[in-house]
Amino acid sequence: MAELTSRLAIDAQGVARRFGARWVLRGISLQVRPGETVGLLGANGSGKSTLLRILATLLRASSGRAMISGHDVSTDADAVRGTIGFLAHSPGLYDDLTARENLAFAVAMLGIKPITIDATLERVGLSAVANERVRGFSAGMQRRLALGRMMLAKPRVLLLDEPFSNLDVAGISLMSSVIGESVRDGGAALAVLHELAPAAGLINRTVTIADGRIAA
Amino acid sequence: MSWGDDFRRVRAIAWKDLTTERRSKAGFNSVAALGVTILVLFGFALGPDTRALHDAAPGALWLAVLFAGVLAFNRSYQVEIETGALEPLLLYPGARWTIFTGKLLANLAFVGLMLVLVVLVGLVLFQVSVPDTWPLLIGVLVLGTVGIVTLGTFYAAMASRSRAREVLLPLLLFPMLVPVLLAAMEASKALLVGDLMHEVGAWVQLLIAFDVIFLIATHLAFEYVIEV
Repeated sequence: MAELTSRLAIDAQGVARRFGARWVLRGISLQVRPGETVGLLGANGSGKSTLLRILATLLRASSGRAMISGHDVSTDADAVRGTIGFLAHSPGLYDDLTARENLAFAVAMLGIKPITIDATLERVGLSAVANERVRGFSAGMQRRLALGRMMLAKPRVLLLDEPFSNLDVAGISLMSSVIGESVRDGGAALAVLHELAPAAGLINRTVTIADGRIAA
Repeated sequence: MSWGDDFRRVRAIAWKDLTTERRSKAGFNSVAALGVTILVLFGFALGPDTRALHDAAPGALWLAVLFAGVLAFNRSYQVEIETGALEPLLLYPGARWTIFTGKLLANLAFVGLMLVLVVLVGLVLFQVSVPDTWPLLIGVLVLGTVGIVTLGTFYAAMASRSRAREVLLPLLLFPMLVPVLLAAMEASKALLVGDLMHEVGAWVQLLIAFDVIFLIATHLAFEYVIEV
């Protein structure tokens, strides 16, 4: 059993979370295996993003247990952070830094080689605006840069909150391609989605959350 | 994670904070303008009495640094809160205290620059001559600034998640700063006006003790106050 758990990319067991008196998650159990991309569906306020944030160590579960690649999200959070790539709904970039400087900051924080910056900018199609401040970027460009920042550390488990929002056709293709490459290399992805269409060729299965529980 | 990794993270955060502040410009200009305005208002309130201006100079200077500093401390987390960059920052693997140290160093540079400006304006406005013991006065200014900035940076992190952070920060911070403000004011006054009671040494010791205790305590506690 322990061996099976350590092989899972994501293993959530009875994860619950309440805000004040309101239970947002009421015991979610969910497993994602390496090589798998799972779409997380549900109405607004159903708890999808809350589950993602718990898995990303940004929020503590009120009860239950969650493991990422064998690391407990509450007791081994630093190891989890070294394993995941988290793409939040907000890109979380520094407006007064350039695209290159945003990535340089991430590189310094991650302790990886700076030579990856140019390759990353090229990959997300932002080489031409590498030295421009992010303040002037469109929402889609910011999304691309946030994707590039997330992929700098080559994370094994991707946690994606509405990854296709604000992206044009080329951006959607890029996002799909980057997620697909990561998963084919043995990674795994859990993506909160509002519509399945952009992710149709990418998703292996879907899980629907309703009223804080797995519905399907 | 080695000390080298920690140092690299500290340097990256300090560089990022100082670069964004330098480019936004509004930050330093407004903080420095507030510091100078407070000094000018103290000058108006005290009137043309040279003796009163002399005696009040240390208190006016430190209060100007404190009030203007609160603006700076609030700004140090404002960028991350407004852009949603706090979550990516917290998701980098490694010791969380490095985030605090980086922000502390950036705030020290920021408030230190403002302090230089406020001291220069204060010397002219309050007609205070530079004392022979100026190296010791600089030491007191450094120790007082380290104490104020350490607690300011820490409580700004604590208040950053609150919608009422602009109000909450001074409410949390000011009572905790009473010892360092008192010590810094009294030591500065003794050095500027005359140390009749030979009390500078005791105030400086209090400042050193305050700085050491709170530098250690805030670094240990930061991980818990920044926890989401």
